[in-house]
Amino acid sequence: MAELQPAGPVGRPVPRVDGVAKVTGAAHYVDDLDLPGAWHGATVRSTVAHGVLDAVDLDPDYDWTDVVVVTAADIAAAGGRNVVTLIEEDQPALVPLGGRVMHVDEAIALVAAPTRARALEARRHVRPRISARPAVLDTDAALRAEVKLYGDDNVFKRFVIRKGHGDDAAFEDAMAGADRIIEGVYPTAAQEQMYIEPQGMAAHWEDGRCFLVGSMQCPYYVHKAMKALLGCDGDGVVVTQAVTGGGFGGKEEYPSMIAAHVALLARKAGRPVKLIYDRGEDIAATTKRHPCVTRHRLGLAADGAIVAIDADVVMDGGAYLTLSPVVLSRGVLHAAGPYRCPVVRIVGRVVATNHPPHGAFRGFGAPQTTFPYERQIDKAARLLGVDPLAYRQRLALRPGDTTATGQELTFSVGSEAVLEAIARAAGPRPARDAVSAGGAPVRRGRGVCFYFHGSGFTGAGEQRIAGRATVALTAAGDVEVRSSSTDIGQGAATIFAQIAGASLGLAPERVRVVDPSTDKVPDSGPTVASRTCMVVGGLVERAARALGTRIAAWAGEHGRGGAPFAEVAAAAAAALGEVAETVQYEPPPGIEWDDATYTGAAYPVFGWAACLVDVAIDLDTCEVTVERCVQAVDVGKAINPMIVKGQIEGGTLQALGWGLLENVLYQDGKVANASMTNCIVPTFADAPDLETVLVEVPYPYGPHGAKGVGEIPMDGPAAAAINAVVDALGVDFDVVPVLPETIAARRDAWDAARRKS
Amino acid sequence: MRSSDGSLIEVHLTVNGDAVRRAVPPERTLAELLREDLLLTGCKQGCDQGDCGACTVLVDGRAQLACLTLVVAIDGATIETVEGLQQRGRLHPLQAAFVAHGAAQCGFCTPGMLLSAVALLRASPRASRDEIRAGLAGNLCRCTGYVKIIDAVEAVARGDDEEPAP
Repeated sequence: MAELQPAGPVGRPVPRVDGVAKVTGAAHYVDDLDLPGAWHGATVRSTVAHGVLDAVDLDPDYDWTDVVVVTAADIAAAGGRNVVTLIEEDQPALVPLGGRVMHVDEAIALVAAPTRARALEARRHVRPRISARPAVLDTDAALRAEVKLYGDDNVFKRFVIRKGHGDDAAFEDAMAGADRIIEGVYPTAAQEQMYIEPQGMAAHWEDGRCFLVGSMQCPYYVHKAMKALLGCDGDGVVVTQAVTGGGFGGKEEYPSMIAAHVALLARKAGRPVKLIYDRGEDIAATTKRHPCVTRHRLGLAADGAIVAIDADVVMDGGAYLTLSPVVLSRGVLHAAGPYRCPVVRIVGRVVATNHPPHGAFRGFGAPQTTFPYERQIDKAARLLGVDPLAYRQRLALRPGDTTATGQELTFSVGSEAVLEAIARAAGPRPARDAVSAGGAPVRRGRGVCFYFHGSGFTGAGEQRIAGRATVALTAAGDVEVRSSSTDIGQGAATIFAQIAGASLGLAPERVRVVDPSTDKVPDSGPTVASRTCMVVGGLVERAARALGTRIAAWAGEHGRGGAPFAEVAAAAAAALGEVAETVQYEPPPGIEWDDATYTGAAYPVFGWAACLVDVAIDLDTCEVTVERCVQAVDVGKAINPMIVKGQIEGGTLQALGWGLLENVLYQDGKVANASMTNCIVPTFADAPDLETVLVEVPYPYGPHGAKGVGEIPMDGPAAAAINAVVDALGVDFDVVPVLPETIAARRDAWDAARRKS
Repeated sequence: MRSSDGSLIEVHLTVNGDAVRRAVPPERTLAELLREDLLLTGCKQGCDQGDCGACTVLVDGRAQLACLTLVVAIDGATIETVEGLQQRGRLHPLQAAFVAHGAAQCGFCTPGMLLSAVALLRASPRASRDEIRAGLAGNLCRCTGYVKIIDAVEAVARGDDEEPAP
């Protein structure tokens, strides 16, 4: 168990270390970099969802002077492999001649020219010829496997979780013992990350080495992908993160694709090249949250206890495997919810379609499976005639209980605390019926939701990653934190400065957090999975302590034993030169996971949360206004309460947006609303004054007790909001999103329910 | 850079107090001029279609989308960008409040948000939370949930931190 440090800078709302740069315009994002002589790139993309690439024709009447064109042939010619390496190597960087086109907007060729306008003009004169084939555009068609996209069955990955039974027959016996069974089908839509900075990357080559700088979450993912694509070793490519304008998962895997393209262009052009996506291209071509359909059965005893849970989860992975198996894994591991239940069966499949690949987005599969169980629990409470919050309090997992994978919860279980926080914050219900300012009838409703989210990588993932971080006293006497965890707005650099500062007795501003670059920082693992503060922050704490110990030993040997680090650091640096301490992840004791049976400790620890939403629905326009949203989150320890609240507020609004107003539409495999005009996200006008309650049930193995928080606020508020809509109107809505038109389409049903009530 | 018929038009602007004279093609946008010619990259392009508000700058004191503003249409105008908000090396009260209240996360929307807020508080120095919400509704942020941005602007409007700049 970690020894708690004296308070110091931890637990205080320290202003962001990058705050002043960001409010003055001094923070330089990739498109702000002034690269002398740089050309601009553009990507030639498929217009069909499925087919074979027969040819790439260059318009013979176009003036190709000062234009570089790259195709797949350029990759092998330079000794590389045409793959974007991730979990598998099934996705090419560019479709080769004779190769299969797998989705609309797949990259086929690249151009670069001295100006962006010229590159965009040249792109129009590159003409791929594609023989179209029948496309697979929904998961039912994928599972019929009449058209094969992946293996024989189009299933990228399948997981089964069984608790309290041996086989399907035994499971059905247990379910048959239920007094009643609630069944539902819950489709949830794709969601666009909509970071405000579009994706982009710049590259230049020097002495045969490729230097990449761009907007990204995971420099070492890009580094690994480039080694295969460029056919070089680790020294042959240097990847540096520029200031990054939001990610939310959208800049986890896709930047490797852009890096591949811009590296190829820069090599062929023999000069720096920038490849910056415009908004339409970004929405159309990059990854989104997986659309998902969950079929759920909830078996209840007469007294309301849960007898059995059955969930069948099917996700649309899109055209390539990318991160889909791990998204599905997190989805199924959360699908039973944070409720006591002796018998659980979860089956999950993620299938191949001809949609652009779906990928990482905050929550990573858990929001898709949280919505179904939280609608089911709400239906159960209604059926039983009990208060929905009190019902959740009764069923919640507590210390000593086991999850669906048989993980016994022994520490840092904030379930009761977050539910209690919501009960305290709830206050009286607002008046049910009202009249809007415009004279329309208004109906109000209240919904709640309860959920959990595993912190860090699944199962033995953190051991496999074996993340490292360094804290160094430089020869100049400065303290540096070196890790590959990127600050993408979530405040990683600031909390690392706080954590290292606390260990060394320094103010955070005395600690410099190095901008991640693969030639300057060790691989701490990717900036994903609610792991940055808990896992990498823990490494920073250990490394800082080790540095402190080493400097204290030196001080002791030189007659200054017991002197604070700050007083002896300069002398130690002058005498020793740089002193760097690097530590590697070590799993907490007693954490065991069996990947074959999907049993054991799925995560080192869970974050817990509950949410309450009050809505008002204009019964003429069917517009839903979120009047109030309170979220209570158990974060273990708030290293920086201001930053962590900001993260929770942002995630909460993304979740409310997903539930009530965002909608990515596909038509013939193409995103039909690839613009911010009609692929909308919440504005100031859509956002209530979000209320956040921080609950701190410390994680004994996290820095100062902290555990993951990045994703959990995304998991539940959509369900709370839609439960509130159901509460208001008295009819079920089992889909994400519930748009005004979704409500309007069922006007007859809720009008009848309203007249009865 | 040339326009379709090759003609360039000379315009005079005042940008953050400096006189700027440039011959530009008629299709040149203010965002392009600021970012590419003057290297004032605090003007961000998030959509280039007038949806996100990240390119907001002040044109003759009014918040305006630089991506939709043609340079030739504002000859003689006075432009203020985020790079000009500091006075004598001190942060503008709104800049200081954004830092103090955690209103900037990824920071990409921040310059445009600040300039919309400057315009709002000049017109309505004691703006309420609802007025702030309405006044900034043309600027999208995906990180914050907007709460801390409203907190920061409200703190300046209420004089909690410092008086608004004139």
